[in-house]
Amino acid sequence: MEKFVSVEQANMSFKTKTGSFIALKDVNVSIREGEFVTLIGHSGCGKSTLLNMVAGLLQPTSGVLLCAGREIAGPGPDRGVVFQNHSLLPWLTCAENVHLAVERVFGATETRAQLKARTLKALELVQLAHAADKRPHEISGGMKQRVGIARALSMEPKVLLLDEPFGALDALTRAHLQDELLKIVAKTGSTVLMVTHDVDEAVLLSDRIVMMTNGPAATVGDVVEVNLPRPRERLALVKDNRYHEIRGRVLEFLYQKQLRPAA
Amino acid sequence: MTAAILSHQKFGNDAPAPTAAAAAPAVVDLPPPVRRHTPLVERYGADIAEFFRQLIPVVFGLVLFIAMWGIVSQSSTLPGPLKTWHSAVQVFGDPFYRKGPNDQGIGWNVLMSLGRVGIGFGMAALIGIPLGFMIGRFRFLSGMTSPIISLLRPVSPLAWLPIGLLVFKAANPAAIWVIFISSIWPMIINTAAGVREVPQDYLNVAKVLNLSEWKVFTRILFPAVLPFMLTGIRLAIGVAWLVIVAAEMLTGGVGIGFWVWDEWNNLNVEHIIIAIFTVGIVGLLLEQALMLLARRFEYR
Repeated sequence: MEKFVSVEQANMSFKTKTGSFIALKDVNVSIREGEFVTLIGHSGCGKSTLLNMVAGLLQPTSGVLLCAGREIAGPGPDRGVVFQNHSLLPWLTCAENVHLAVERVFGATETRAQLKARTLKALELVQLAHAADKRPHEISGGMKQRVGIARALSMEPKVLLLDEPFGALDALTRAHLQDELLKIVAKTGSTVLMVTHDVDEAVLLSDRIVMMTNGPAATVGDVVEVNLPRPRERLALVKDNRYHEIRGRVLEFLYQKQLRPAA
Repeated sequence: MTAAILSHQKFGNDAPAPTAAAAAPAVVDLPPPVRRHTPLVERYGADIAEFFRQLIPVVFGLVLFIAMWGIVSQSSTLPGPLKTWHSAVQVFGDPFYRKGPNDQGIGWNVLMSLGRVGIGFGMAALIGIPLGFMIGRFRFLSGMTSPIISLLRPVSPLAWLPIGLLVFKAANPAAIWVIFISSIWPMIINTAAGVREVPQDYLNVAKVLNLSEWKVFTRILFPAVLPFMLTGIRLAIGVAWLVIVAAEMLTGGVGIGFWVWDEWNNLNVEHIIIAIFTVGIVGLLLEQALMLLARRFEYR
């Protein structure tokens, strides 16, 4: 399966008081099935906009977005989204939050017991079965984000879309969750599109890194293949020269070619 | 000497021990850790002290209030606290007597007033809350209704009484109508504001999960708006209870407001003061009950 998800000649502009603002211009991205692709770029370069377009929350001004051969017309359960700020509903328990998604996708075809099993399985996948009956305010930030991932995965999406999922977490929790995500993706074989501004995170997790130029009218500046073998081990990578070479290329792009004047 | 060396070596194998030993001399001037087994009085002493610290100003305020009331009553026809108290004991001694349509116990009067507030307020909730939801959700409807609401909201509820008398041709429904009209605005406005304040994140979740309109309402909109709605309800019931006294003064019948007017005609001022306190206490209880209810629905 070549081009499981593809973005072809996509343009995005927003209407503002001073006229139209071109956020993205002629963006082309394609993702193979089972591939982990990250979008990286300086803040304001439209990487989240691009992710929201793939999620179906935004419609491109022109161009085509496809997922599994079908045009993306709106949000759908074939694309599971994890938001930066977890977006769990505070009045539902963790299990109920996940169940909401499970119910929507499988409610028509499966029994109550099967739905419940799916919910529990998703929580087990992120190692949070013990927190099933807790409310989001009773668990830590990292745990909330894991519930968010469980919610997205429970729908068995064709593509997992992650919008800076670990951006609001402290460095240690972030590293821990990155390792977890590596394991989960290895287990489920998910196709993933992730937005990040963390170079190490991008290199550790992805098969390819799509680097975006600065906005306005941002586009894909360069693509780096991360041909490091899997399973990847954080500590082993530090001693790997290929890791440093790839990291160097991304840093060079971000801080030499696309350096932004200090805001 | 040997013992010291031995013990030192022993500590060397056991990581936390030397730290404890080294820290020991520094601990000397801290209070001895005997707190764990102190008796109850001592353990809760701080709580009791705090309770009295909060109670004393309340008691002081009340005493001052009653003292000032007593002083004012000395030099006027206003009944003093003691006279009012004796009268109150009598009034509350038999709150549910019935001696004809215009002479009933204070219990009946309060219950009748509460009944009117309940009906008027309940109807206002039945109409105001769904209307608030729709106004908050659909901009067109908001544009349609907001000038009318802004125009009618500042009008004194009593101004609606003649309209009620005209339409219903009876005093009781007219009083209920006044309660309805005075308590519907806070419910519409707060519910609509709550719907507009639903975080975009939650609505994005709804979109991404492709939830049905019904699920969006029951799982996201309703719980998110509930705290705002309860604020509206609390404000509404406050206004309704405020207005009922005035409305009943004008419409008559049995009710706390009418009782006040009736006792003024009888020149029984003690009873008017008792009524004022009763209205205040019932209002306070309503408010507190709703506060308790609202606290149950705080999610953070």
